[in-house]
Amino acid sequence: MRMWKGRVDFMQGNEAVVEGALLAGCDFFAGYPITPASEIVELMALKLPKRGGKFVQMEDEMGSLAAAIGASLVGAKAMTATSGPGFSLMQENLGFAIMCEVPVVIVDVMRGGPSTGQPTLHSQGDVMQARWGHHGDGELIVYAPWSVQECLNLTMEAFRKATKYKTPVILLSDAIIAHMRENVVVPDEEEVELIREEIERSHKPIFGRGTSVHVTGLAHDERGYPSDDPNVYRKLLGRLRSKILDNIDDIIMLKYEKTCEQQDLTIISYGSSARAAKEAYIKLKEEGIRVGFIRLITLWPFPEDLLRNVINSDKVMVVEYNQGQIYHFVKAALRDVSDIILVSKIGGEPFTPSELKIVAKKIIKGDGGCEVIL
Amino acid sequence: MVRYEIIMAGRGGQGMVLAGIILARAAALYCGYEVVQTQSYGAEARGGPSRSEVIISDEEILYTNVLNPDILVVMSQDALEKYEKIAKSGALIFFESRLVSPPTRIDVKKYGIPAYDIAEKEIGVLLVANMIMLGAMIAVTNIVSKEAVIAAITDMISEKHREINIVALERGIDYAKRYF
Repeated sequence: MRMWKGRVDFMQGNEAVVEGALLAGCDFFAGYPITPASEIVELMALKLPKRGGKFVQMEDEMGSLAAAIGASLVGAKAMTATSGPGFSLMQENLGFAIMCEVPVVIVDVMRGGPSTGQPTLHSQGDVMQARWGHHGDGELIVYAPWSVQECLNLTMEAFRKATKYKTPVILLSDAIIAHMRENVVVPDEEEVELIREEIERSHKPIFGRGTSVHVTGLAHDERGYPSDDPNVYRKLLGRLRSKILDNIDDIIMLKYEKTCEQQDLTIISYGSSARAAKEAYIKLKEEGIRVGFIRLITLWPFPEDLLRNVINSDKVMVVEYNQGQIYHFVKAALRDVSDIILVSKIGGEPFTPSELKIVAKKIIKGDGGCEVIL
Repeated sequence: MVRYEIIMAGRGGQGMVLAGIILARAAALYCGYEVVQTQSYGAEARGGPSRSEVIISDEEILYTNVLNPDILVVMSQDALEKYEKIAKSGALIFFESRLVSPPTRIDVKKYGIPAYDIAEKEIGVLLVANMIMLGAMIAVTNIVSKEAVIAAITDMISEKHREINIVALERGIDYAKRYF
């Protein structure tokens, strides 16, 4: 990801999300505070009105996303932020935004679930909910930042992709990334002018332009009018799918590092768990072990072809803070890899690099089993 | 390669998280280091265990947590007991000597600071004991300069309370220079 010319600052992940949104031109935020996403709501309330934007504290998360969708339809660059319990409530409107092709950015700062769970502690438990929480088919875009800088950069990118592909984009942060402070470069306004212009250009209001329009969650034709014709529905769903999947080269971001061509083990991780996994990768590399490291930045659409192409080892370990979510997709994508092992930790304690290193060595020796719970 | 791993801990309300953020900000913005700061606290507004972790390095920091601190600053007995065990051999332990009895480990360096006594007698406000602890710590370790910490305090603390925090920081530095 590019490094900006700008102001060096020191801030929390949640603060960086707000900086990124404002740089992208976000001018509408509707939300309901929830740990660990509250700082985003608080800062938006503070900053957005001063820049001529609108902030609304809604009655709940269903209303929050509904308001953001409404604002987007009249031309605003709209956003909301929440955590797992609120994200569950947003699913109905998330499906609506997919069906009606409404650009909107949703930040889900993951905490331990299900239900109220562990409000102050991190988790990566919403990975599947982000993709399959709404009913019906449909594609959307999900990014997982691993640093404060990425919170800023990917929030901007989320606005860019949302307006470009007319779709909701989800930033899947978590309690570690959201609350930790790190060095960050906040780009100067001129640095991001082109991105801002692009967003501005590709996002036009649906309502309020003088023509009569119709927006419905029902199956609809090109004019937006409901239709029960099977072919109309098939055509619509086909397009919702292909507008994302035909452009995966533009959407998918992934980092891959390796020690040599053929590895004994590849470590796959994303978001906050990738911080520990990468440290373990470096320790293994220093010991001369042939190992690769892949960090997924785009979780959905899942980069299955790319993974198949880059992985060159018989063993893969998937490191995540849940009981196995992205693991199942890695397994489905890498049918030819003999051992794909889930390394899981839940409860709010972080992975330690040394425990991951020990697990990695066990897996290389062949005695890792099929699942390691730390 | 420079790398310091620091835990600042006490009970909610003693200001150890704020002290950690100020130290981290001073190191990141005014001394040019890469810094990661994390924190954790209980559900209580005051009185529950509270901790701030700061990693300061001249290289990229990947792992975000402190597993074995080089430096420990504690203001409660339970924080000392919890984190003394995981401190590195040779670690520097700064403890508030009115509330905390000295560490029992013999392979660490110990610095008792009567921060609450100083705050009470010399400043008249107990709340700034955290800045006295921070001042003593930076005077002994020289991780960041006094000026950098003052700049961070200026960024983070409202004008009304700024001066008293800077005075407390200086009292801590003076105490360390005199006794350590």
